[in-house]
Amino acid sequence: MSDNKKTYWKGVEQLTNDPAFVKNAESEFPEFLPINQNEEGGSNRRDFLKLMGFGIAAASLAACEAPVRKAIPYVNKPVDIDPGIPNYYASTYTQGGDYCSIVVKTREGRPIKIEGNDLSKISQGGVNAQVEASVLSLYDNERLREPQKEGSAISWDDLDKEVATKLNSITAQGGQIRIVSNTVLSPTTKKVVEDFTAKHPTTQHVVYDSHPMEGALVANEASFGTRMIPSYHFGKAEVIVSFGADFLGTWLSPVEFTKQYSKTRKLNNGKKTMSRHYQFEGNLSLTGANADYRTPLKPSDEAKAVVALFEALSGKKSSIPNIDKAAADLKKAGNKSLVVSGSNDPAVQMVINGINSMLGSYGTTIDADKPVHYKQGNEKAFDQFVADAKAGRVAAAIFYNCNPLYNTKAGSELKEALSKISLKISTADRPDETAIAMDYIAPDHHFLESWNDANPVMGTYSFSQPAITPIFNTRQAQESLMKWAGVAQPDYYTYLKDSWTSALASAGKTWDHILHDGVIEIDPPAEGETEEDQANPQGVSVSQAIQQINANYKGSGVELSLYQKLGIGDGTQANNPWLQEMPDPITKATWDNYLTVSQAWATENNVQFVEGKSNMAKLTVGGNTITLPIVIQPGQANGSVGLAVGYGRTSAGKVANSVGVDAYPLVNKVNGVSSFDIMIGVSIEVLPETYQVAQTQTHQTYMGRETVIQEATLQEYQKDPGAGRYHAHVATWQEESGETSPGTLSLWKGHKYKNHHWGLAIDLNSCTGCSACHVACQSENNIPVVGRQEVLNRRDMHWIRIDRYYSSDAEAGDLRGLEVAAENPEVTFQPMMCQHCNNAPCETVCPVAATTHSTEGLNQMTYNRCIGTRYCANNCPYKVRRFNWFKYHDNAQFEDINTAMSNDLGKMVLNPDVTVRSRGVMEKCSLCVQRIQYGKLEAKKEGRKVKDGEINVACASACASDAIVFGDMNDQDSKIYNMLKIKDTEKADYLIEKEIGEPRAYHVLDAIGVKPNVSYLTKIRNKDKA
Amino acid sequence: MTQKVTVTRVLFFLLFLITLSFSHYTSYAQDEEIPTEEARISEGESLFKGNCQSCHKVHEKLVGPALKNVYDRAPSIDWIVNFVWNSQKMIADGDEYANELWDEYQPTQMTAFPTFSRDQILSILAYIKAETEAGPEVVADVAAAGDGAQPAGDAIPSFYLNAIMIGLVVVLVLILLVLILITSVLRKYLNQRGELDEDDREIVNPTFSFDGLVKSKPFIFLVTFVFTAIVFKVVINQLFAVGVQVDYAPKQPIAFSHELHAGQYEIDCQYCHTGVRKSKSANIPSPNICMNCHSAIKTESPEIQKIYAAIENDKPIEWVRVHNLPDLAYFNHAQHVQVGNIECQDCHGPIEEMEVVRQHSLLTMGWCIDCHRQTEVNTKGNAYYDKLVELHDAESKEALKVEDIGGLECSKCHY
Repeated sequence: MSDNKKTYWKGVEQLTNDPAFVKNAESEFPEFLPINQNEEGGSNRRDFLKLMGFGIAAASLAACEAPVRKAIPYVNKPVDIDPGIPNYYASTYTQGGDYCSIVVKTREGRPIKIEGNDLSKISQGGVNAQVEASVLSLYDNERLREPQKEGSAISWDDLDKEVATKLNSITAQGGQIRIVSNTVLSPTTKKVVEDFTAKHPTTQHVVYDSHPMEGALVANEASFGTRMIPSYHFGKAEVIVSFGADFLGTWLSPVEFTKQYSKTRKLNNGKKTMSRHYQFEGNLSLTGANADYRTPLKPSDEAKAVVALFEALSGKKSSIPNIDKAAADLKKAGNKSLVVSGSNDPAVQMVINGINSMLGSYGTTIDADKPVHYKQGNEKAFDQFVADAKAGRVAAAIFYNCNPLYNTKAGSELKEALSKISLKISTADRPDETAIAMDYIAPDHHFLESWNDANPVMGTYSFSQPAITPIFNTRQAQESLMKWAGVAQPDYYTYLKDSWTSALASAGKTWDHILHDGVIEIDPPAEGETEEDQANPQGVSVSQAIQQINANYKGSGVELSLYQKLGIGDGTQANNPWLQEMPDPITKATWDNYLTVSQAWATENNVQFVEGKSNMAKLTVGGNTITLPIVIQPGQANGSVGLAVGYGRTSAGKVANSVGVDAYPLVNKVNGVSSFDIMIGVSIEVLPETYQVAQTQTHQTYMGRETVIQEATLQEYQKDPGAGRYHAHVATWQEESGETSPGTLSLWKGHKYKNHHWGLAIDLNSCTGCSACHVACQSENNIPVVGRQEVLNRRDMHWIRIDRYYSSDAEAGDLRGLEVAAENPEVTFQPMMCQHCNNAPCETVCPVAATTHSTEGLNQMTYNRCIGTRYCANNCPYKVRRFNWFKYHDNAQFEDINTAMSNDLGKMVLNPDVTVRSRGVMEKCSLCVQRIQYGKLEAKKEGRKVKDGEINVACASACASDAIVFGDMNDQDSKIYNMLKIKDTEKADYLIEKEIGEPRAYHVLDAIGVKPNVSYLTKIRNKDKA
Repeated sequence: MTQKVTVTRVLFFLLFLITLSFSHYTSYAQDEEIPTEEARISEGESLFKGNCQSCHKVHEKLVGPALKNVYDRAPSIDWIVNFVWNSQKMIADGDEYANELWDEYQPTQMTAFPTFSRDQILSILAYIKAETEAGPEVVADVAAAGDGAQPAGDAIPSFYLNAIMIGLVVVLVLILLVLILITSVLRKYLNQRGELDEDDREIVNPTFSFDGLVKSKPFIFLVTFVFTAIVFKVVINQLFAVGVQVDYAPKQPIAFSHELHAGQYEIDCQYCHTGVRKSKSANIPSPNICMNCHSAIKTESPEIQKIYAAIENDKPIEWVRVHNLPDLAYFNHAQHVQVGNIECQDCHGPIEEMEVVRQHSLLTMGWCIDCHRQTEVNTKGNAYYDKLVELHDAESKEALKVEDIGGLECSKCHY
């Protein structure tokens, strides 16, 4: 042992901190041990023994030395940055037309977490899984380090010179230039494009969306005279009818709609009414899972159902289930109703407009005067571009942050046509499917490195500011366009600021003000037209549309519905392992896409489902054939199958490549618009090969265990707020009648919480299952990604899971039948994390006291004490403890999966306040103890009490539906105290019991008496009959 | 001659009168302006120590001038206030006295303190006045020297004690050797004389044999046991010492002396370690903090040149971390210094005496826990603790210790 007074160097490498040395210093063995190599490989047993001997000697030597650690201060410390204190910057997430106003948490200049921005009236502090995960995409190792010319590096100066020369000569010759992009929310970016067009007058800006809303745009143009999509206010609707629009998951603006929708689902503080939601759809979507009445319909019937509803409102009876009922409810609700459709067919959208107009929704739940800009794609323009390219009429194409070779149906056509375009440039951040086919790649910054603005809704502007200095030698795409257009301003920041000067001055705001708030509302200039004119669409062409629908919608054979998953979306962020491993809230599947089929179809086609494995299928649509796994999906409309897009990437990066199959080539074109429903020409062959999709939950129903899920209908609730509650009773020696609640009996003395008593309340009625909390938790708590195989081994590490339960048609006694979900099940989502039991079963079995109870109600997990017996996990009734079967960080085996812990770049996302766990220790939800400690310290530093809402856990702060509420149950002013209507009852000297007064509140598995600090509120369905 | 003397006298008299009237006037003004209340003086003291001390002393010239009598020297109190608020502006505006100072001290600029209120500056002046009137800290110096001597005095006897003990042992061993020698010589002599009877022979040549003892089983057992126990203890001690780096004092890239800066110049710790009251890390100062003084002081020193090099090359100084906690332990300076009101020295030792910083405390978990068991919570004036204090006082007469409010719980430091 050294006396630690001297510093020992292993060699010059250590002294100079040689990167190779630093890398090896971390690994367990200095080099790869050739254990499995034979004589031919050049090494034998003796070499192995020599190596072992050396290894042991080296290891024991190394053990004697304390590593020399450096403390490196800034050269010039920025005033605002103090190591150890987070800084928050308001910014904006945009991904094509997806929008969310965010606050970025940075530590020592590195963004580590994304939170919602409460000041935004659109996203209102909510986020979704993709927004939460986007911080990891910033540190994606696949991002380009510098500009590229035909696959090799080039300097920006050379690139600019070459591109400018070529563009100038093309312009001089009158060659056509196209800028292709997804929806651009930024008005200033559009201005840059205009400047570019001014310099190169043959330029046209072609906008497309991977999931276009051409149908709605065209229909609204016919109805209102403007090509736009109106604002929707789900919060003002008493009756919501949706035809295949997954507005809580992926449709238009899900965060905004979830915020609005959840407000209508809250039952508390005397509010005893909630909205009623009908859903007609083919695949079971997240929105469908939350609906009060859901009717599974195959795509061809879905459009007919729209017509049927239109006709039912005029009194015609319909044979489609729930249509008449919906019509009656809609009529009753009058203008407080909202009907939406996810269809891209203008005819369907015309009828929807007709229905909404008939109900008078315009002006209340739909605001046509405030159009939203989320979807600006013009399919005709894009098709024209592809045609022009094929005909050799395009001389130059600039692909601004879009990937049409992957996410459009025309991708393959366009790929062939590229050879006819003489100058091809992409601004993609990685060599994606489109970018690798380009002459030049001028990589754009990540949005967290960029300046930008956004105009999501008319009159609302949102700003992006960089939260980190650009990591690589990238350049903002707008700046590239400015350079090529010869714009005077030196950079996009100046350009942006200049273009806002006058608008801000007239709005009475300063630049700093908008950077602080992130959002600003500026009243749009009043237009000449009166509101009345705009508010009601002309219903002239509805009858024509109905005729079209009746003529067009004829299904034959099985029909295919393509959909987006919540995590992967359209596939842009596919290389994000957090999203890949996030279980889909409906199928609970990770790392794959698959064909969802109904139970009836599976039985009919003899699909075997044994021990998680099911047959593969060969899906043929038109000329495209793909082989993919099958998942039997309760609630899937008979005669239809579903398949998610966004998978099967070939050039996204190590994480996403070859995960799943690419479904974009299957997209259909009907009358010039894309259709994600393929109604004719779908054939499926069930193959003998089997495949197991990595699902985190395979048990579909809770088998009638009322101790887990408690639910009631609204009518029952209105009569008795405690309806649906299940109260277990036992007899005791003192009281033999059997009236004692087993939860009140205890062997333990209980805990006395003198200062704080942290707890969670989860409203099952508001929870939509969107899984934003899931990714937020992963981001906050440095949770590793384990990959498909380990998920199959049931070793996923997520601290919070969203349990999804289906109702069963079976009788209470039919145990086998209870395992089978219903054909069209009711769905309940239950976020499940450590329940922080007061009588925790895990604490009593730990042989080393690594898990203990705190004086604030937390069940503490001490990693450095844990020896990995796993007794605690076995004894946990909620199965929320996770064991580190491997060292997931710096492990070559998980390098391509767990990117946040495998390379220097990825590690920048880790939360420095949370330990990265090593092999052999148990972990679980800590109730974000680091945030609790931080919040308490802030209060102590200021010499005051902790204010309610000041401390919030990651899951609760991410929750767009405000279903999770965290707080101090000792604080009588706290939200949770009042939500649960807590009464303190002092039972004995040593024991303070909390009695929960809210009749809806219950503890999961209450009867076993573990007394959790997490309470759930019953699920209430707005259904007529019990 | 006499004439000249008279003229001089008259001149002196006039000067005296003018000075008198002036000083009377100023002192009158001061009496009105510079407060004398204890509270203001102590407020001034803490402000002075927190903000001024790194450049000014009351009785000595440091980076800036000595401040004694500054209220008499300077043109007016208003002048001082304005100078503190923004000295550069005054120099630029062509203020005569300010420019004189600038000529003397340039290129060192006085940091502007626009955030100080006029009252705060007056408090500082009150402190300076009190200090000026108290005179240079001769007594304090003596006391300080005495303080310094005290531990040395403690150290000397213990050193002597050790020396005496070792000397005694050596003497005793020598006596033992001499005695053994004498007995063996005597025994030889008696045996050679051969005139002893049986009894005497037995006494001279006892049957007890040393060899026999050494080879006896109990003896071997005893020796083995003692040896094993010692080895065991040493191994255990060594194992416990793994990762404990007490007295770790690595050579730093720049020979910065805390003894000089914190000890001799009494620069407040927070002046450089800016995060200590607000953040989990105390912060190693960045070179721009060094430059506050060293843009003018000791610019030729090769060690200071290293700072310039760092700034010029934009390459940070890679200090060697002295206090290393394992990653699994969370420690927050603000909690201890700001909230707990603990002195830096409590954990870091007499840092103001260290030429090279060394680790003073064990920094083991046992060390943390011990302190949490003994330390009383600094609840005074902190509303956060009100409820805890109230409940604790109702139950116990003992003071509220850190352990009483969960200071020994795992998740306070491990998460």
